[in-house]
Amino acid sequence: MAEHAANAAHPPSFASLSWRQFRLERKMFWRNPSAAFFNFLLPLLFLVLLCAVLTDQADRDVIVPGIAGMAVLATTFSALAYNVVFLREQGILKRMRGTPLPAGAYLLGIAGNAVANTAIQIVLIVLAGKLFYGIDWPQDVGELVLFVVLGVLCFASLGVALAHAIPTFEAATVYVNMIFLPVVFISIDAANDPAFLKGIAEALPLAHLIDGLSAAMVSGDGIGGQWSALGVLLVWTALGATLAIRGFSWEQRRG
Amino acid sequence: MALVKDELAIEVRGLRKRYGDLEAVRGIDFSVRRGEVFGLLGPNGAGKTTTVEILEGYRDRTDGEVTVLGHDPQLRAPALRERVGIVLQSTGIYRHLTVREVLAHFAGLYPAARGVDEVIELAGLRGKEAARTRTLSGGQLRRLDLALALVGDPELIFLDEPTTGFDPAARRGAWDTIRSLKALGKTVVLTTHYLDEAQALADRVAIVKDGRILVEGAPSELGAGDGATHYRVAWRNGSGLLNQRETDDPTTLLHELTGAALERGERLEGLSVTRPTLEDVYLELTADG
Repeated sequence: MAEHAANAAHPPSFASLSWRQFRLERKMFWRNPSAAFFNFLLPLLFLVLLCAVLTDQADRDVIVPGIAGMAVLATTFSALAYNVVFLREQGILKRMRGTPLPAGAYLLGIAGNAVANTAIQIVLIVLAGKLFYGIDWPQDVGELVLFVVLGVLCFASLGVALAHAIPTFEAATVYVNMIFLPVVFISIDAANDPAFLKGIAEALPLAHLIDGLSAAMVSGDGIGGQWSALGVLLVWTALGATLAIRGFSWEQRRG
Repeated sequence: MALVKDELAIEVRGLRKRYGDLEAVRGIDFSVRRGEVFGLLGPNGAGKTTTVEILEGYRDRTDGEVTVLGHDPQLRAPALRERVGIVLQSTGIYRHLTVREVLAHFAGLYPAARGVDEVIELAGLRGKEAARTRTLSGGQLRRLDLALALVGDPELIFLDEPTTGFDPAARRGAWDTIRSLKALGKTVVLTTHYLDEAQALADRVAIVKDGRILVEGAPSELGAGDGATHYRVAWRNGSGLLNQRETDDPTTLLHELTGAALERGERLEGLSVTRPTLEDVYLELTADG
């Protein structure tokens, strides 16, 4: 209609819409006392408990980057799988789909929330390593950032992909933890696993993320020594992104 | 009078939707004028929601032409979504935010949103602004759904069974709100299986069954002209028994009845002539077999 064209206020930009959604997700994260928060605390709890039990520096040199890897997994893979299933089941995805908010801006807001949690955890783990667990500041900050970013991309896309396979929110805890816990256990110190488990761990991305984080945080082995870890992470990222986009559904399947 | 294209908010021609082997919508035609309240009536599974979800841009059609405010909804143009408000059948909302926070967030998604306070007033949520949405009752949540659909100041509003589960007082409240939307010049597409709701609110209704429109028109006119339904004439005879006849031509029947009664010197106690209500038309048309 004519008057609409005349007073066509400018639609909000993609960037400002993404930012709005991100801020809303952060607000809700801090207000939600339940699952999301526990999921956030779990890696930090593991860090404190494992370091209380294992006092050898050699052990802690393995545990601290291992927990950093677990933190990436918990804040992206687990958190997004829960979140997407919840939003889908509640009908919130469908509701947002009915507004002018572009799908990309919405998903960026949700993923941004997860990544903010990853960043907070990595900072807390690095600080705890330096202050309490005898680990110096990261040897190579650029390498640390690179692996965290790659880990986020990989596990965020795998988390969204997993959400498609989870039928209901009630079932989400089972699906996520059936993967999360075993993968963490076999990947945290994959080098010392029995051969059979080691083979599995090395086919999966978490052990490689932990290798990279360990090189950046503890040993100072540069990126040059981490090509195979980068390669495995990239392959899983490509797989995760393909499945996440292909299977994405804005609403609960019926029946 | 021929309708100018611009007067139509929605135009649907030969719409079909197939899910695998099931054809949910089998060739539907209708149009909705600007400023009109249009009701889609039909039993569950008739294809109402599928049709509306195609108009809303949630589903792609299998065949046919659909124009909503001059756009093809399937293309999901932001320019269209800015002008449309949607109340879905059941949708959750952010539980840990307050009513005002949720509305303010949604208002920020539209280029020319209504004031949050104005929408709170319109939807009857005054006094609940600071309440977290998880503390709202079912009826209040439904009003929040409506407020969220109105906050972008849409020209066209889809309401999918907006009063299902309401108590009678809440229904009246919702009806008043829908009437005030019409007074604001909005176009409203309403799906419902409550016939009184369609009769009370809709300027025109279409009755849908098995993916087809059976009949379309103003609720008061439906069935009167198409011979599908008859006038009902009822009276008590001399021994007090209730008689009832249906006819397409009540004038002639009344003439015969009253003439015969006068000859016999009887009175026709309780004589009544009723036009079919929307409910009669609906039940007749949607009856199985």
